[in-house]
Amino acid sequence: MTSSSGYISSTPALEPNPTAGPVLEVEDLHVEFRTRNGVVNAVNGISYSVDQGETLAILGESGSGKSVSAQAIMGILDSPPAVIAGGGINFQGRDILKMNEEEQRQIRGPGIAMIFQDALSALNPVYSVGFQIGEMFRAHRGTSRKEAKQHAIELMDRVRIPAAARRVNDYPHQFSGGMRQRVMIAMALALDPRILIADEPTTALDVTVQAQVMDLLKDLQRDTGMGLILITHDLGVVNEVADRVAVMYAGRIVETGTVDDVFTRPAMPYTVGLMNSIPQVEAKGGRLQPIIGQPPNLARIPSGCPFHPRCPMARTGAAAAPDRDCVADLPPLRVVTVGREAACHYSEELLNG
Amino acid sequence: MGRYVARRLLLTIPVLIGASFLIFAMVYALPGDPIRALAGDRPLSPAVAAQLRAQFNLGDPLLVQYAKYLGNLTHLDLGTDFHNRPVLEIISDRLPVTAKLTLVAVFFEAVIGLVAGVFAGIRRNGYFDNLVLVSTTLIISIPILVLAFLSQYIFGLKLGWFPIAGITEGWYSYLLPGLVLASGSLAYVARLTRTSVAENMRADYVRTARAKGLPHRTVIMRHTLRNSLIPVVTFIGADIGALLGGAIVTEAVFNIPGIGRAVFDAVRGQEGAVVVGIVTLMVFFFIFFNLVVDVLYAVLDPRIRYD
Ligand SMILES: Nc1ncnc2c1ncn2[C@@H]1O[C@H](COP(=O)(O)OP(=O)(O)O)[C@@H](O)[C@H]1O
Ligand SMILES: [Mg+2]
Repeated sequence: MTSSSGYISSTPALEPNPTAGPVLEVEDLHVEFRTRNGVVNAVNGISYSVDQGETLAILGESGSGKSVSAQAIMGILDSPPAVIAGGGINFQGRDILKMNEEEQRQIRGPGIAMIFQDALSALNPVYSVGFQIGEMFRAHRGTSRKEAKQHAIELMDRVRIPAAARRVNDYPHQFSGGMRQRVMIAMALALDPRILIADEPTTALDVTVQAQVMDLLKDLQRDTGMGLILITHDLGVVNEVADRVAVMYAGRIVETGTVDDVFTRPAMPYTVGLMNSIPQVEAKGGRLQPIIGQPPNLARIPSGCPFHPRCPMARTGAAAAPDRDCVADLPPLRVVTVGREAACHYSEELLNG
Repeated sequence: MGRYVARRLLLTIPVLIGASFLIFAMVYALPGDPIRALAGDRPLSPAVAAQLRAQFNLGDPLLVQYAKYLGNLTHLDLGTDFHNRPVLEIISDRLPVTAKLTLVAVFFEAVIGLVAGVFAGIRRNGYFDNLVLVSTTLIISIPILVLAFLSQYIFGLKLGWFPIAGITEGWYSYLLPGLVLASGSLAYVARLTRTSVAENMRADYVRTARAKGLPHRTVIMRHTLRNSLIPVVTFIGADIGALLGGAIVTEAVFNIPGIGRAVFDAVRGQEGAVVVGIVTLMVFFFIFFNLVVDVLYAVLDPRIRYD
């Protein structure tokens, strides 16, 4: 028990670089899994930034690399087989990937925190929730066990768990799904993180509970001014809480913009398909049309635009414009109108047509 | 919990009665005449033989013999061997020896098995993991009798590192027999720990622990090992009862005067009362340690609740 270095109050890794821009800036991040059956290119050069108080929603079919990119930011990838093959993750102007192990650890929790989809499996079954929340204070601030429990009760109150003082010693399995997710949220918010990553935080919950948990997250974000990265399938939620959206496909961001822009006038055929395939609160009764075909195998991503085998607008050969052959030329993520980017050779036709 | 334990303890009574009857019947069914065997080569006068038979109820039918045995049991009389030595005395004489042997065995099983399993599990498919895999496979596949004679020959006779037999050198004489007795369970504990640790390393809550910024040591000790050890600790507990069975062979080979050796001799001499008394005691221990394990399980894993 000698790692008192973790308990010093000023942690250099957490001090903002005064010249810095956004709180979190991901630059050209690449993550691959080097498995026995070959290399899986899970994240292929994504870039985004999140500012104080801002909410960035990340959308995309399952398997598109949303969780893996979040885990890369958190430093909790399974490596091996995962390898960060390139790029940078700047937190308050400093590249996390260039920090040593101990500095990275000091950022997890007080700097960037994360909540997971399934709170039942994400919480350790053999420790009380109070203990698990309190661990944050003990590990990062050297708080005594007793004091940490007191903090845990306050946090449980703050995330509106009824009778917090009585329930602090209960175990995760003794809570309902919604209450468990609140415990996760309390744990993540314990040290006032500057960025919170929520990976499908409501997917495992009942519809009514989903709304309550999202309301809670929104309120907490307003109170703390933290940046929120919200990974979700729920377009209704995105509509309500997100400022900007990033749509992912095959480990790339294929469209970004404000929620209004992207939802009302998608600039990428994949986004159109996504809108039509996910139930939305507004469009009740409308037919759901799944995107035809299978998501790509990330060990063998199609040439050109990775979406071309499934794209109703794909053009190749004589039909395509020069250097804009969907089967041969990878469309870069480019500005299509003010404040929006899309990775499609023919975005303008979608926007204008 | 208290009610649960009481109910379980009450349930052991019919089990013990049933077990003792089965053992009784098996000894009864053994071929040969125990009184003859007792006399060996010396001639035995028919009058003495008849008197012995009457004293030990050997002429009665099985059920009558058993009823008389149970009757004596109510005032804690477990009967005597053919030399009129009370079985209770034999047990109290020899149980401490077996207890020491079992303690040494459990120590080896827990320490070596756990350490090997933890390191193999943390770096699964590494060099050490493969070493553990091969050596445990080897140990598990060799019968304990062969292992006992082999180690006695190599480490006792040839190398002279340990006493060949007996318990004249205090705790030191228990090391080799203890290791032999533990070997199978030790290999199993290593395997079980390895699998459990490897599985837990990938658990979601371990990922959460890392995301919380806990120091690496805390992630491993508190959030991986603590959870991984639940099945292992419960196995070791339940195994204590099973080790007593293995002690029969080990004590016979290493000539250790414990209850295992006593049973071994009693079976050969067809000493019914001794066999029944000791084996029933073994059955009791087996049940008792299983109960301890169930209680322990509830303590270690808050999701388990009885009642
Ligand atoms: N441990 C792993 N080993 C190999 N490949 C993995 C592993 N974890 C994730 N992947 C790959 O990364 C891809 C992206 O996964 P993920 O980020 O979880 O998708 P999602 O967008 O649904 O969150 C998956 O399709 C899978 O091929
Ligand atoms: Mg995911």
